[in-house]
Amino acid sequence: MEETVMRTESLTKYYRMGEVEVQALRGVSILINRGEAVAIMGPSGSGKTTLMNILGCLDRPTGGDYILDGEKVSGLTDDKLAGIRNRKIGFVFQSFNLLQRTSALANVELPMSYSSSANDGRNRAVAALRAVGLESRMKHRPTELSGGEQQRVAIARALVNEPAILMADEPTGNLDSKVGQEIMDLLLTLNRERNTTLVIITHDQRIAGQTQRTIKIRDGLVEETLQ
Amino acid sequence: MKITRVIRETFTSLNANKLRTGLTVLGIVIGVAAVIAMLSVGQGAQNSITSQINSIGTNVLLVSPGSRARFAAGGVNVIRNIRTLTMTDALAIANPIQAPSVNAVAPIISGGNITAAANGQTTTTSVLGVTTGYFSIRNEAVTEGSFFNDQQVNTHARVAIIGADLATTLFGTTTNLTGQTIHINSQTFTIIGVLKSKGGSLAGSSDNQVIIPLTTARDRVISRPGTSVDEIYVQATSATAVTQANTQVSDIMRLRHHVAVGKEDFSVQSQASLLTTATSITGVLTIFLGGIAGISLLVGGIGIMNIMLVSVVERTREIGLRKALGARNRDILNQFLAESSFLSLLGGLIGILLGWLISLIIGQIASAAGTALNPAVSVNAVLLATLFSIAVGLFFGIYPARRAARLEPVEALRYE
Repeated sequence: MEETVMRTESLTKYYRMGEVEVQALRGVSILINRGEAVAIMGPSGSGKTTLMNILGCLDRPTGGDYILDGEKVSGLTDDKLAGIRNRKIGFVFQSFNLLQRTSALANVELPMSYSSSANDGRNRAVAALRAVGLESRMKHRPTELSGGEQQRVAIARALVNEPAILMADEPTGNLDSKVGQEIMDLLLTLNRERNTTLVIITHDQRIAGQTQRTIKIRDGLVEETLQ
Repeated sequence: MKITRVIRETFTSLNANKLRTGLTVLGIVIGVAAVIAMLSVGQGAQNSITSQINSIGTNVLLVSPGSRARFAAGGVNVIRNIRTLTMTDALAIANPIQAPSVNAVAPIISGGNITAAANGQTTTTSVLGVTTGYFSIRNEAVTEGSFFNDQQVNTHARVAIIGADLATTLFGTTTNLTGQTIHINSQTFTIIGVLKSKGGSLAGSSDNQVIIPLTTARDRVISRPGTSVDEIYVQATSATAVTQANTQVSDIMRLRHHVAVGKEDFSVQSQASLLTTATSITGVLTIFLGGIAGISLLVGGIGIMNIMLVSVVERTREIGLRKALGARNRDILNQFLAESSFLSLLGGLIGILLGWLISLIIGQIASAAGTALNPAVSVNAVLLATLFSIAVGLFFGIYPARRAARLEPVEALRYE
């Protein structure tokens, strides 16, 4: 039987922009199973970024429930959410978001500095870099690495705390198509081999087509789900 | 977040922008150095004055014209028609029946900026006209020759005892000078003794003066009306009799000057009261100087705040990233506080060294100028400066750090 790792029920999110109330999400209910690779697609302004922020515990919904890995997270405090992001979610960003002044290894170690137990931190960071094929370049700074290599470091950083979910926001957006495909292959391999749930936010049909399922968002609602 | 990691990250991020870090630290360095230097110079001045007053002797009183009420009223003359001290006052104080606790009395007159010429050299000096009692009261000694005696005072003898520094200036030596001639304001005097050096003092070196009989001084060098004198030194019979001597002298003087208690037109100061006055003056001076220096430390603190605010804005995305990776608000707060405290602590430590150096240099300059001023860097001043600089770092760091900690992760990650 398949186990649900992310479940949302009628998620709503309203923003106030001055006098106007913007409804970014208007009741989104989705289910994502453990080990699944899912793409969330939608044009800009559809609410897909808002949905990703809530799924990634970076933001709270205005209404509705969000159950992550069996825990209801929609009403937690800032610090509790920080802990969940640290343990359960690994982020991969479009612009890599690496700290420029430290080595690749130090960048990968960063999430562990916010965990309570990390005695073998160095070994785990090296192992994560090995998993993305960058063990030989771990002493290099981000500026000395190519775009694809930087994104690999970012993926290693996302993996280091062995999260249940890997959330990638346009992970290939800043890369050319060849390198982008390599990154996609790496993400899908990790998804298969480690059974880590992969959620990719994209507007690229070719990227979305490589996942098992695509959830299309439009105007704050789930438009359709494609297998 | 572990403390070692906080320290390591602080170091990395401050190292990433060395010039900015250096300039920010400089602000604190200047502030702390100024505070340390000012406090130590103040302390040195206090020590120097204290030791000078102690060197006068523990059983000596000084009678001066004018009231101490004047000092208390902020320099305004609350007592009108101040009568000068006279030789008759000195004689009355010396009366063993009216003042049994008084051992010796020495009225003096003094004048500065007086030309002394001898051996073809000319210099400016100060002249002290005294009676014979002065030498024992002030513990003066000669390295050569002798003091003048009562007969020489009575006969207005033109004899002089010169200080060691003056002797060196005029003759290039301090020996074989007795019998030599010295011209004081063009009056011819014979040198009969050379004073033993007492070292410099805040009021100018006493080694650079000429002591001549009071009578001769009044005649030829320092003009004073009638028999008036500038000050009267009084020696009590013992250190324990100083209080009684003070009372007896005050009683005699009140009677002679026809003034009531509290309306004195003279003051009788013991070494203890001089000490208290001097200490309170230098204390106020030290606080004043320290306060001004403190302002520069405050400005340094504002510099830290400024840089930290800029840093928070520059690193908004980094803060967002750290939060996405699981940093709690307090982790971010600690990180920024650690940076600002480190800046101020580093500045504080360098500032202490620099301040210590400055006070050493001031001491050197002072001693080169003939003034005994040994700036004392006290442990208290160092502790105060260190604690204050850390406090400045925390105080001025807390606002930027809170701003960083309160950033919403979503907003911060989106920041360009």
